[in-house]
Amino acid sequence: MATNILMPALSPTMEEGTLAKWMIKEGDEVRSGDVIAEIETDKATMEVEAVDEGKVAKIVIPAGTENVKVNTVIAVLAGEGESTTDVQAPKAPTATAPKTGPGQGEATSRESGEKTKAEPETPRIEVKGDPDIPAGTEFVSQTVREALRDAMAEEMRRDASVFVMGVEVAQYQGAYKVTQGLLEEFGATRVVDTPITEHGFAGLGVGAAFAGLRPIVEFMTFNFAMQAMDQIINSAAKTRYMSGGQMGAPIVFRGPNGPAARVAAQHSQDYSSWYAHIPGLTVIAPYSAADAKGLLKAAIRDPNPVIFLENEILYGKSFDVPKLDDYVLPIGKARVLKEGTDVTLVSHSHGLTYCLDAAAKLEADGINAEIIDLRTIRPLDIDTIIASVKKTNRLVTVEETWPVCGIGAEIAAQVQAKAFDWLDAPILRVTQKDVPMPYAANLEKLTLPSADEVVEAVKAVCYRQGV
Amino acid sequence: MATKPKRPAKQADAKPALQKSTTSKKATKSDEPAGLSRDEDLKAYREMLLIRRFEEKAGQMYGMGLIGGFCHLYIGQEAVVVGLLGAARQGDQIVTGYRDHGHMLACGMDPKGVMAELTGRSGGYSKGKGGSMHMFSVEKCFYGGHGIVAAQVPIGTGLAFSNKYRGNDHVSLTFFGDGAANQGQVYESFNMAELWSLPVIYVIENNQYAMGTSVARASAQTNLSKRGVSFNIPGEQVDGMDVRAVRAAALKAMEWCRAGKGPYILEMMTYRYRGHSMSDPAKYRAKEEVNKMRQEHDPIEQVRHRLLDAGMSEDELKDIDKDIRAIINEAAEFAQQSPEPDPAELWTDVLAKEDHAAVGA
Repeated sequence: MATNILMPALSPTMEEGTLAKWMIKEGDEVRSGDVIAEIETDKATMEVEAVDEGKVAKIVIPAGTENVKVNTVIAVLAGEGESTTDVQAPKAPTATAPKTGPGQGEATSRESGEKTKAEPETPRIEVKGDPDIPAGTEFVSQTVREALRDAMAEEMRRDASVFVMGVEVAQYQGAYKVTQGLLEEFGATRVVDTPITEHGFAGLGVGAAFAGLRPIVEFMTFNFAMQAMDQIINSAAKTRYMSGGQMGAPIVFRGPNGPAARVAAQHSQDYSSWYAHIPGLTVIAPYSAADAKGLLKAAIRDPNPVIFLENEILYGKSFDVPKLDDYVLPIGKARVLKEGTDVTLVSHSHGLTYCLDAAAKLEADGINAEIIDLRTIRPLDIDTIIASVKKTNRLVTVEETWPVCGIGAEIAAQVQAKAFDWLDAPILRVTQKDVPMPYAANLEKLTLPSADEVVEAVKAVCYRQGV
Repeated sequence: MATKPKRPAKQADAKPALQKSTTSKKATKSDEPAGLSRDEDLKAYREMLLIRRFEEKAGQMYGMGLIGGFCHLYIGQEAVVVGLLGAARQGDQIVTGYRDHGHMLACGMDPKGVMAELTGRSGGYSKGKGGSMHMFSVEKCFYGGHGIVAAQVPIGTGLAFSNKYRGNDHVSLTFFGDGAANQGQVYESFNMAELWSLPVIYVIENNQYAMGTSVARASAQTNLSKRGVSFNIPGEQVDGMDVRAVRAAALKAMEWCRAGKGPYILEMMTYRYRGHSMSDPAKYRAKEEVNKMRQEHDPIEQVRHRLLDAGMSEDELKDIDKDIRAIINEAAEFAQQSPEPDPAELWTDVLAKEDHAAVGA
C-alpha cells in the first residue's frame, strides 16, 4: 500500500509554503526521522522529517515549487514489496511551478491543478486609492511584514537614537520575521535581543526614552504585553502629564495583536480597546502594508508613546506600497477604503477583511456599502465617520474585539451624540463573541466576526432582512 | 530586628575620623569610614538639614490641609541621598520612588518648586499636576518621582542603557526601598543590567519597614545586598545613617560602574522616623526603637558633632540653621502664594505636539 507524504503545516497560520529543496530522490529508502525536505514558510525555512518508512516511489511536487497548499501530496512512498513503478502518483493540485524549475516541474503547473481544492475566491472589492499618495506614484507589491521591516530600517538609518529591542528580534530575525535583516545592518547595539522579561524590558525602554533615545519595543505578541501593562500605562503614558510637559516617553510598543489561528484564549485577542482607553497613548492598528509602513514611520518619529498593533494573519498578505523615499502618514486619520451610499462600515486591522468580503456580497444584493479603515484607534477620526454617516445614514462597526466597552461602543456613543438626526437605524456592532477564544476550529470560527454577520447586520440596518 | 546600623562613634571618639584633607577616595574596611573634609562635612550638614527642615515643614503644611493626598517624608534617611549625590558627577541620573522630596533637594532642585508642587500650585515642578510622588527635572537629571512601587527600577536601568548606548560614562542612581526589593521587575532589571553591563547603582534604602511590614516579615533573605548574588552583581550593606560611609561606598560603586563592570548594589541601612505616609500612625514598631535611632544614630547629629569637634561654634551652626529655615519659609510662602493651575491646564501636556513630515517629504 503506497503512502502519501503531505505538505505539512509548520505554524498556526500557515496555509501554503514553498517546497524549497528535496533531500531525497526517487528510489531512495526513507526511514522515520530522516530529513526529507526543506520547506519555506513565510516565517522560516524548516526541515521536514519523515514519519512513514519505505522507498520513494514518486516526487510529486518538484523542488522550488511555490505556494504549495498544506495537505497537498508532495511525494509517495511505495509500500513493502511494492515496486516504485506500480505506484500511481496523484494529480498535483494547486501549486505554482517553480520559476526556474529543473525541467520536471511542468507536470505540476497550475493547468493541472484542481480548482475545487482551492479556497473559493471571494469577489474582490476595488480599494480606493489613498489620497495622501501623490498622483503618478509607482507602487511595489509588499507584504505587511516587509513593509514594517522597511519602516524600521528607514527610520534607523535616519536617526541613530532609534533602536529595536524584544524577544528574538535580533539573531532569530524576529519570531514573526518582522525584524529580518536588521541585526546585520544595524548591529547588536541597536537590535537588542532581550530575555523573556516583558515588564522589565518595557520599563527599561521607557527609561531609555526618558533619556532621549527612541526605542521600538517589540512584544512577540501583545498577549505578553499584559505583563508590562504597568510600565506602559503608569510610566510611559502618564509621565508627560505628571511632569507638567517637561518630559515624556518617545517610544513605540509594537507586535502582533488580535485573534491568531487556533492558539486559544491566552494567545488570541484584540487589545485595541484596552490601550485606546488611556489618555497619553496613541493607538494605531493598520490593515494594509502601505499604511503599516507610513504609520510605523510616523509612530517612530512621534514624541509620544505609541501602541502599534499589527496582525499576525495580515503579516503575509501583499498590498501595493508606494515607492517613495520617505513615506510617512499622518497619525489620527481614517481612510475611506471604498465609497458607498447605503451604509457605513467602520473597522480596523484584520476586521477590514470581513468588511471587504461583505461589501462584495452586498453589492450583489444592490446595497452599496462605504468602508472606513480607522487606521488609528486613538485619536479616533470621528469626523470621517460622521461625514460618512451623514451620507449613508446607517452605521455598522466591525471589530475582532469583544463588544463590551469596545471600539464599536465608543463609536456608537460619539455618533449618536454628534449625528443623531442623521441616523435612519440603530447602530449595530459586529464583534468577537463575548467569550474567551475557544480552541476547537468550529467554535473559533463561531466566535469571530464573519462577512456573513456583517451582511446580516447591514441588512438589518437597511431594513432589508429576509431579502 | 533584621538590621543593625553600625553604631556611629560617640562624640568623644568622633574626632579621629576627621583626618585632615581626607578626601575619602576609597572605602576602608575598618569600622570607621573614611572621613570627610570639614568643607565636605559642612556641605553635607547643610544639605541634610535642608531636607530635614523641608520635610518638617511639609508635614506641618499637610496637617494644615495645604498639602493633600499621599505625602511620604524622608526624615531620618537624609544621609543616604546626600552621601550618594556627594559622590555623583554632573550628568549622572537619579530616579526614585514616591519618598522623593529629599532626592529632589539633593539634586539641587529648587525647594520653592518642590513645595509648590506639594500644594498643587502652578509654580510647582509639574505645574501642580504631579504632586508629591510625581516630580521631574530634566535639567537636574532627576527622572522622578514614581508612584508605583519598584517601577523606577527598570526605568533607572533604561537610563543606564542610554548611557551605554551613547558611550558616555554617566551612572544611573536607581533608588528603591526594602519593600520594592520584593517586586519581580527588580530582578528582571538586575538580570538585564548584569547581562549588558549597564552602569547602574541600585541603592536599596532599607528603612526596615515596607509600610507596616518589617523586612523580616516580608523577605526570605533579609540581607538585601545579597539579592544580586544569583546575577553576579556585587553588593554591600552600608551604614546609611553615616554620610561618610554612604559617600565612600558610593565612590567605590561609581568607580565600578564607570569602569564598565556593570551594576552594583548598595543596601543602605537606614531608618525613617515618621510613619510610611502622613496617615500612618506607625503602631507596628515601638516608640523606643524610634527614639533610640534618633538619639544614637541621627545622621545630622553625627555630622554636627564632628563639626563642633572640628572647631565650629554652636553659633556658627545656628546661623546655618537660620539660613535653612529662611529658605524653607520662603518655599512654604511661595507654595501658598503661587496660584492654582489655570483650568485650561487640565487639557495640556497629555501629548507632545510635533508635526509629522508629510508624504514624500
